[in-house]
Amino acid sequence: MKQEEIKRPENKVYSKPALLNDNPMHYCPGCSHGVVHKLVAEVIEEMGAEHIAIGVAPVGCAVFAYNYIDIDWIEAAHGRAPAVATAAKRLNPDRLVFTYQGDGDLAAIGTAETIHAANRGENIAIIFINNAIYGMTGGQMAPTTLEGQVTATTPYGRRVDLNGYPIKISDLLSQLDGTCFVTRQAVHTPAAVRKAKAAIRKAFENSMAGKGTSVVEIVSTCNSGWKLSPAKANEWMVSNMFEKYPLGDIKNTVSK
Amino acid sequence: MAKVYGAVEINSERCKGCDLCVVACPADVLGLQPKEVNNKGYHFAYAAAPENCIGCAACATVCPDGCIEVYRVVEK
Repeated sequence: MKQEEIKRPENKVYSKPALLNDNPMHYCPGCSHGVVHKLVAEVIEEMGAEHIAIGVAPVGCAVFAYNYIDIDWIEAAHGRAPAVATAAKRLNPDRLVFTYQGDGDLAAIGTAETIHAANRGENIAIIFINNAIYGMTGGQMAPTTLEGQVTATTPYGRRVDLNGYPIKISDLLSQLDGTCFVTRQAVHTPAAVRKAKAAIRKAFENSMAGKGTSVVEIVSTCNSGWKLSPAKANEWMVSNMFEKYPLGDIKNTVSK
Repeated sequence: MAKVYGAVEINSERCKGCDLCVVACPADVLGLQPKEVNNKGYHFAYAAAPENCIGCAACATVCPDGCIEVYRVVEK
């Protein structure tokens, strides 16, 4: 069969979601942010929620998320996305409100906002990109940086006697009564991407059903910060990150 | 047995040549352009062996920039 015969509109099985617009993303080649943006756009499109979705963007690489996904966005001060999302959701309970945050945003400067929003059981979804590094500012150590991991500010590796232990923020949030769904996913293989998409969909549905706070942690790569090629970064993530941040549902109080 | 034909259409100007689709492809269809570059200077992905494609969409699923469209025909 010829290529032209196969490439007909009726045979199309996959294409970029329409909500993800044509602006070229500023992310580095191979960045996990791109995949997660695509999943968020796909889920919102499948739920038919493009007119009611409000995203709250963080400070970090994903600060320009409004450039790429065609929904309403609010830009929050560093770490304050869950607080802004709380207001948005309380004033507009019929809207789908979610935050999209990195580990420097959510697990460092925004720890208080995150924990208290989750503890109040705000009906928001939190998408948490954990790449164990401050990506945008040049690869400094983040609270989630692994023990022994080399970063710009820990050139000899993170030492727990000096820098403390990596924080497992999702495990922490799962202890709070306000959260209904806490899961940890990754986007390094097609199978993992599909699972992550299902988790994001579930989190968004929980938000609309008023079940409480849902947290989807995505263990991600930062190949520029880690100084690896995108494919090597995925391998490094599998062999190093998953030991500390194992994938799977941590808490799920919502029945199917 | 049903025969499956697949094809990929790659938006080469959007592609950043990250190589993730090449790694994800189970049928060794894709490759990065060895010499040619796009307007941004990246060695973009292309179908090096299009006849092997089974239209599984693994490449498009992992593509961070949404550059890949996948087509699939099942001939019974």
